[in-house]
Amino acid sequence: MKAFDYAAPTSVADALKLMEPPHTAALSGGTDLINRMKDYVSSPERVVYLKDIDALESIESSSKGVSIGAGATLAALLEHGEIKKTYPSLWKAAYEVATPQIRNMATVGGNLLQRPRCWYYRAGNGLLALKDGKSLVREGDNRFHAIFMTDGDALFVNPSSLAVPLIALGAKATILGPKGERTVPVAELYRVPKGSQERELTVQHGEILTKVVVPATHAKNASYEARHKQAHDWPLALASVALEMDGQKVGSARVVLGAVAPVPLRSEAAEKAIEGKALNHESATAAGDAAVKDAKPLSMNAYKVQLTKVAVKRALLAAVGDRYWEEG
Amino acid sequence: MSKKIHVSTTVNGESVEFLCEARQSLLEVLRENLSLTGAKEGCNNGNCGACTVMLNGVPVNSCIVLAVEVEGAAIETVEGLACHGHLHPIQKCFLEGAALQCGVCTPGFLVTAKALLDKNPNPSEHDIRFNLANNLCRCTGYDKIVKAVQAAAAELQTR
Ligand SMILES: Cc1cc2nc3c(=O)[nH]c(=O)nc-3n(C[C@H](O)[C@H](O)[C@H](O)COP(=O)(O)OP(=O)(O)OC[C@H]3O[C@@H](n4cnc5c(N)ncnc54)[C@H](O)[C@@H]3O)c2cc1C
Ligand code: FES
Ligand code: FES
Repeated sequence: MKAFDYAAPTSVADALKLMEPPHTAALSGGTDLINRMKDYVSSPERVVYLKDIDALESIESSSKGVSIGAGATLAALLEHGEIKKTYPSLWKAAYEVATPQIRNMATVGGNLLQRPRCWYYRAGNGLLALKDGKSLVREGDNRFHAIFMTDGDALFVNPSSLAVPLIALGAKATILGPKGERTVPVAELYRVPKGSQERELTVQHGEILTKVVVPATHAKNASYEARHKQAHDWPLALASVALEMDGQKVGSARVVLGAVAPVPLRSEAAEKAIEGKALNHESATAAGDAAVKDAKPLSMNAYKVQLTKVAVKRALLAAVGDRYWEEG
Repeated sequence: MSKKIHVSTTVNGESVEFLCEARQSLLEVLRENLSLTGAKEGCNNGNCGACTVMLNGVPVNSCIVLAVEVEGAAIETVEGLACHGHLHPIQKCFLEGAALQCGVCTPGFLVTAKALLDKNPNPSEHDIRFNLANNLCRCTGYDKIVKAVQAAAAELQTR
């Protein structure tokens, strides 16, 4: 790891001053940043530690919803009764992130802003992993890469498990920068980089994510993650759904997919397929099929198409309490 | 070499001060500056749990914590488990249940298991496996480890 200056401010205002670009990085739980620094993928000249700022840590619920400080740990999120009760899609996604030790350190803000795990990126080949005009991903081992939006050069997958339910639930993120504060839908934290100089995050250097607000909801919501290992593993496909019911039928639906595209991907096709229908195995299967209509897998990851179908189906059924795969 | 930073902290109940570079991990400082070599370096990236220590009452992977972050914090390492020369019941049960072979993973398992039993004195097998998910063992297999934790839980309950 390269040497760097270290600062541990105790207020957001001080942190913002210390975060002046160009070569600074915010440090929260460090479970992503420190690994990138060890591998020389990121080498900031100054690291600003945010966990001494108490104001970033709180989780508060009110009649409007729940406000989650960017510095709240995933462990704290899981202990919050209101989140478990009202936002099971978020709770379950957080429960399946990494491990107890990592959830004790990792924060909600860091989870949303962690950088992709594409092994070509992590080996120092840049976010798009282009070499001599060719894509290392397309020509190489792409078993964990994108199956959607694969016409372009961005073939990594967005790594944040929390972004998926937060987008389905309509959450908004507040970002503070030298020019003031702005609040954007969580989906707008991400973009598909157009060139190798562009980041996949819209948060600029020097800005601090301060909180995420999830609106109050009556929507039935759930997440389902498909992965290799039970103990701890990254999702191969993740689906979160939020359903406003209209009697026995689904009135309006939000279906969001994770680990399958360079951004968390809303599936309008799956939403249309389930809206106006009673939720049962047949309609959930049809929505899963609709979700993968536009999938274009790479040479080694067509298996993720099937996993995505099943993730959508199971998330939909879990939202109405049918966890048939856990029986027997 | 870059400028050193002064850090005051508590390790196994005793006040400790050290000087370190900002880029040094807590694991590095524990082992190299403080000669507490119980916590081990396995993967050095958060996957294996061999470096697990308690930070302010919760287990963390010390390889991905910067030592400068622990200013004012309380740290407990595997060295703090035994008391006046007597092994902690978890340590005894690992020995008696042959829950180790090479032993590299053992300090991490002991610290994580202690954290679990402090919080949940009567864990189910699922609770044990779930809470030990970050601790990897390449030699012993997990059944003996889970049984050792169950035995330690039973022994602690009789106290
Ligand atoms: C073994 C392992 C398994 C994992 N499995 C999963 C998984 O299944 N799903 C998943 O989602 N993640 C997984 N992760 C990743 C982990 O969840 C993230 O590393 C963690 O959530 C990041 O949070 P942090 O607080 O540690 O972030 P940090 O490492 O501190 O920061 C991450 C990035 O965000 C920036 N940042 C942090 N806070 C702020 C802020 N407030 N404002 C602006 N920028 C900020 C940092 O500069 C850095 O670039 C895994 C990690 C490991 C090591
Ligand atoms: S050495 Fe820290 S988790 Fe493996
Ligand atoms: S005893 Fe060797 S790794 Fe566990």
